[in-house]
Amino acid sequence: MNYVWAFVVGGGICVIGQLLIDYTKLTPARILTGYVVAGVILSAIGVYKPLAEFAGAGASVPLLGFGHLLAQGVVQAVDECGLPGAFTGGVSAAAGGITASLIFAVLAALVGKSKDQN
Amino acid sequence: MKLDPKEYDKMVRRASPPSPVVQDCLWAFFVGGAICLLGEALRQLFLIWYGKTLAGTLTSIALIFFSALATLPGWYQKLAAKAGAGTLVPITGFANSVVSPAIEFKAEGWVTGVGAKIFTIAGPVIAFGTLASFVWGVVYWLLGKVG
Repeated sequence: MNYVWAFVVGGGICVIGQLLIDYTKLTPARILTGYVVAGVILSAIGVYKPLAEFAGAGASVPLLGFGHLLAQGVVQAVDECGLPGAFTGGVSAAAGGITASLIFAVLAALVGKSKDQN
Repeated sequence: MKLDPKEYDKMVRRASPPSPVVQDCLWAFFVGGAICLLGEALRQLFLIWYGKTLAGTLTSIALIFFSALATLPGWYQKLAAKAGAGTLVPITGFANSVVSPAIEFKAEGWVTGVGAKIFTIAGPVIAFGTLASFVWGVVYWLLGKVG
């Protein structure tokens, strides 16, 4: 069942993004930024955690999940060390994904050719 | 064969392909769902050895790796032309937005080309995501003080 819900919820979140592309003039950068901020808000009001427990990667893989990760990290850090946690928690929790993107990007630039991007 | 306009209208509707929006949404649903399904399979695999948090991080890293691999020969971009938000919204789309300019702007040098351009989309995403999480952190701290 885990897999079915991951597929359906993940696909559903992507359909919302597709409707934004088709019916608004939002650029991909704005949609991704909006998704991350929306993820932080949904996590803050307590909506996203139950969804993540229920849909697994269906909730954590879309960028809403990235926002949820930031919000959760900040909560954990504030619990541990008070207000300074607001500065450290978010990016610490997201460090793995950000670092992986940057490392694989530089490696791809090393082996890839400038031309074959369309 | 004689047709009144109503019947003709029905036939046209039956024969014509679904509207572009419906088609776009189907593509987004199935491709986005498939990427999340792959993510869930990876997550279950990592959960055998690691806790929830680390398994989630490793899932993201693995998906980002696969996205970079698919971006190199241009496959991810080809799929994205069809799948739209299905390839944009998952973390693999974020990775593609970092990897793709890294390759494209290599010709402009490592610092002002690769180093700067990889943040074209990732920059705003990280900036506003971090800002939002900071605001939430302060609110959460204040709620703790009051409650």
